Amino acid sequence: MGLISLATFFPIIGMVIILFIPKKNLTAIKIVSVIATFVPLVITSYMWLHYNYGMMGIDKESQFQFVEHFAWIPAFHIDYFVGVDGLSFPMLWLTTLLSFIGVVASWNIAKSQKGYFALFLLLATSMMGVFVSLDFFLFYVFWELMLLPMYFLIGIWGGPRREYAAIKFFIYTLAGSVLMLVVMLALYFNVKDPATGAHTFNMLHMMHQSNHSAWLSKFDVRLWLYIALLIGFAIKVPIFPFHTWLPDAHVEAPTAISVILAGILLKMGTYGILRISYPIFPDIAKYTSYVLAIFGVINILYGAFVAMAQSDLKKLVAYSSISHMGFVLLGMAVFTSAGINGAVFQMFSHGIITAMLFLVVGVIYDRAHHREINGFGGLAVKMPVYTGIASLAFFAAMGLPGMTGFIAELTVFIGSFAVYRTLTIIAALGIIVTASYVLWTIQRVFLGKLNPKYEHIRDINGRELFTLVPLGMLTIFFGIYPLPILNMLKVSLNHLIRLIP
Amino acid sequence: MSNLNSLQYFVPELFLTVAILFIIIADLSLKREKKILPAYLSAFTMGVVLILIFHQYEYNSASLFKGMLVLDDFAIFFKIVTAFSTLIVILISLPSFRFKAEYYILLLVVTLGMFLMSEANNLLMIIISMEMVGLISYVLAGFNKNDLKSNEASLKYMLYGATSTAVMAFGFSYIYGMSGNLNLYSIQQTILTSQPQALPLFIAFIMVLTGLGYKIAMVPFHFWVPDVYEGAPTPIAAFFSIGPKAAGLALFIRFLITVVAHPTTSANAFFIQNIPIKAPLLLAALAVATMTLGNLSALKQKNIKRMLGYSAIAHVGYMLMALVVFNKEGITAVMFYMIIYLFMNFGAFYVVDSLKPKLGSEDLSDYTGLGYRAPFIAIAMAIFMFSLTGLPPLAGFIGKVYLFAAVIHQQWYILAVIGVLNSVVSLYYYANVVKVMFLDQPEDTPPIQVPLYNHILVWIFLIPTLVLGLYWSPVINFTNQSIRFFFRK
Repeated sequence: MGLISLATFFPIIGMVIILFIPKKNLTAIKIVSVIATFVPLVITSYMWLHYNYGMMGIDKESQFQFVEHFAWIPAFHIDYFVGVDGLSFPMLWLTTLLSFIGVVASWNIAKSQKGYFALFLLLATSMMGVFVSLDFFLFYVFWELMLLPMYFLIGIWGGPRREYAAIKFFIYTLAGSVLMLVVMLALYFNVKDPATGAHTFNMLHMMHQSNHSAWLSKFDVRLWLYIALLIGFAIKVPIFPFHTWLPDAHVEAPTAISVILAGILLKMGTYGILRISYPIFPDIAKYTSYVLAIFGVINILYGAFVAMAQSDLKKLVAYSSISHMGFVLLGMAVFTSAGINGAVFQMFSHGIITAMLFLVVGVIYDRAHHREINGFGGLAVKMPVYTGIASLAFFAAMGLPGMTGFIAELTVFIGSFAVYRTLTIIAALGIIVTASYVLWTIQRVFLGKLNPKYEHIRDINGRELFTLVPLGMLTIFFGIYPLPILNMLKVSLNHLIRLIP
Repeated sequence: MSNLNSLQYFVPELFLTVAILFIIIADLSLKREKKILPAYLSAFTMGVVLILIFHQYEYNSASLFKGMLVLDDFAIFFKIVTAFSTLIVILISLPSFRFKAEYYILLLVVTLGMFLMSEANNLLMIIISMEMVGLISYVLAGFNKNDLKSNEASLKYMLYGATSTAVMAFGFSYIYGMSGNLNLYSIQQTILTSQPQALPLFIAFIMVLTGLGYKIAMVPFHFWVPDVYEGAPTPIAAFFSIGPKAAGLALFIRFLITVVAHPTTSANAFFIQNIPIKAPLLLAALAVATMTLGNLSALKQKNIKRMLGYSAIAHVGYMLMALVVFNKEGITAVMFYMIIYLFMNFGAFYVVDSLKPKLGSEDLSDYTGLGYRAPFIAIAMAIFMFSLTGLPPLAGFIGKVYLFAAVIHQQWYILAVIGVLNSVVSLYYYANVVKVMFLDQPEDTPPIQVPLYNHILVWIFLIPTLVLGLYWSPVINFTNQSIRFFFRK
């Protein structure tokens, strides 16, 4: 068993152990959960130390690292095929990090802890699986596996409208992924394994256009398959008309689950486009790129304006996610080195920043039991440490220089300005809107006169700091010195855009 | 093959017949408190019959009793499925029907009928075997004779059954009139050589669809399903959704590949229609209607057995969808799905059956908070529900992948998309059961004790549902090997 499998399935082992622990023994359950998510983080960090920055991955198996490849169901040509490259490794590492932080952030879950942590660990495995799978069938299994724990985690431990939010999330994402299933099977029957001539689910074989059948080379066919696939991913991102599940799910989900949702799940949409749609249908990606860029700009502006109108702090953060994912879309759509590198760096950076924001909201919600922005005021007096951390998170979201968000957004703009000048200028307006809602929020929550209701509010505690400080440090560290990530991305992504005609 | 020679290929059926007679006689001589014995004997009989059927795989395919029946691997496969479903129903029924020997005897007789349905190769044999299954089924549906709903179920089942069989028989008379043959293979040859007019054959085909469609609960011949499922005793409802349906599908497939189509090559991989009618398109339309109507009607159900009834209709739609392509791949997918469906659907029905005595009803609202009252049973039910939806990594997903793969391979994309969207619709009502059990929390949650026997049986359904979702190579290989048809008189 290789390192990837070990990291991916380690949480499942934890889940099985938890199922055998009596439900009264809370400490044991939590300790097992912490170990089951911490070990994968250690493993992926170790993998980072041994990561070869020169290998590009994307469409050549020999260029992937930590590859494990063996037959799973030979009769249907399904392989267990996992590996990482510059596109997937940052996301994998981020997943292990946020899973661990998520467990710590879930420390005070009030009911059915056993079920909660068991499902959380199942979720962790499925998320890691999505980022390491290189076999389409395997990818699909992990992709769908994610829905089950998510449904329960929102539906049982969520807020007042949790049932509605959970089933909405479930049905939306399932609708997207069943379309992906149709595309997957269509590809299976129309791509041949160059070695054996048989059908194949191997994504890398699908990326080589010479393996495609005559039918699959037709423009119309490719366009429709691309669109079906894109809808599946767009729901996850979420791209503008498909976004309505997101505010509901985010607002109702418990803090740690919001962190996972915004930090990891949204990235899967754009990851899927880059990993699957682009290399398999490069010509269509080029053909539709302008539309994707427009949707990116719509996301940026729409998300930002709607965020400004929110009175619920968590909803504001949720809509800001929609806005920030727009930058990823815009960067992806231009096929310049700077654009695509900025896009993936934004995925990583937003994963950290939005996780911080949701944790920040969670801290205040635990104390005040509401999230009305106008219901606070002057918290800086009573909660100085919290205010510091929260401001850091909000400034990072705003894209202040010296933090990852700035680097990511700047690179995206540099990349896109050369290609879509007008769109980029319009998108840049989003920055101003973002700045205004962020500053306005900080002003309303932390500054001004102290709301007398919160005379005795406690400042942030050690456990909460433990979840927030590492993320804050990462934001600043990679904001000043982004090279470890950018170097990793560069080789793979530059190869990816070379595939685009 | 002559009648006497055929007997050696007929051992499971002969054994079953002898066992039925023996159990009837044994029942007469038993005292009331020992009446449980026939139930055990029936279970034992089914075990032996299963072993005997497995041994039949060693034989070469043959036509028996001068072409009345054929014994090929395809028939053996469906005999195994139906026999296994009977065995399971006997085991399920043991706690609730302890002293009813006639119940078990009736089940064994139905099984004999289902064997004949899987093997039938003659129009008359089709009618006889279907009636054999049908008549006993009416009795079984009304077995709770003091229950008004059970009586209604029985009567409804019978009226629909009688009408549709009559229409089918009328259709057969057309076929006989045009071909002069009763043997399915001879009919195929006659049609191929003499090229009769397409229209009368098409009308006959539609009439036969009525009878077969009723048996497998295809729209628009499905009206009996919800009422019968709701009214019949739960084990019997579960049985109707698997056993007779599997036998009906076997007959359906055999009819399609003999009278409607013929194999192109010796490998039997593809089938070409005998006469130029748009059978695939008709089947596609029926499949879409069946799955859509089943799913949409299931959305609003409050009674869980009724809901499972409509869900059973929807699943027939998925299976019909794969038959549209008229090739080996589609038939394999249907057979494979049948195996998976057997476990997950029996599982779902069995959970309902186990909870009936504790909750006193089958209304969905009584399942509120079940996840906190009987965690294991509720988790198992959730797994069955998600498997029926077709979510990985559960067996139902794999089954559906094969169905959709067969359809997509022949480029029926619109059909496939309608099919997958139907799965999304079905998620709503399956997840609703899960929602009621886990997401809705009642004020007080007195735990429900479920006997160990029920736990063990639930595990028997649960393990295949979980394992087949991750590793199904042996089962699909077995299915692939079972798809050898016998095409001779």
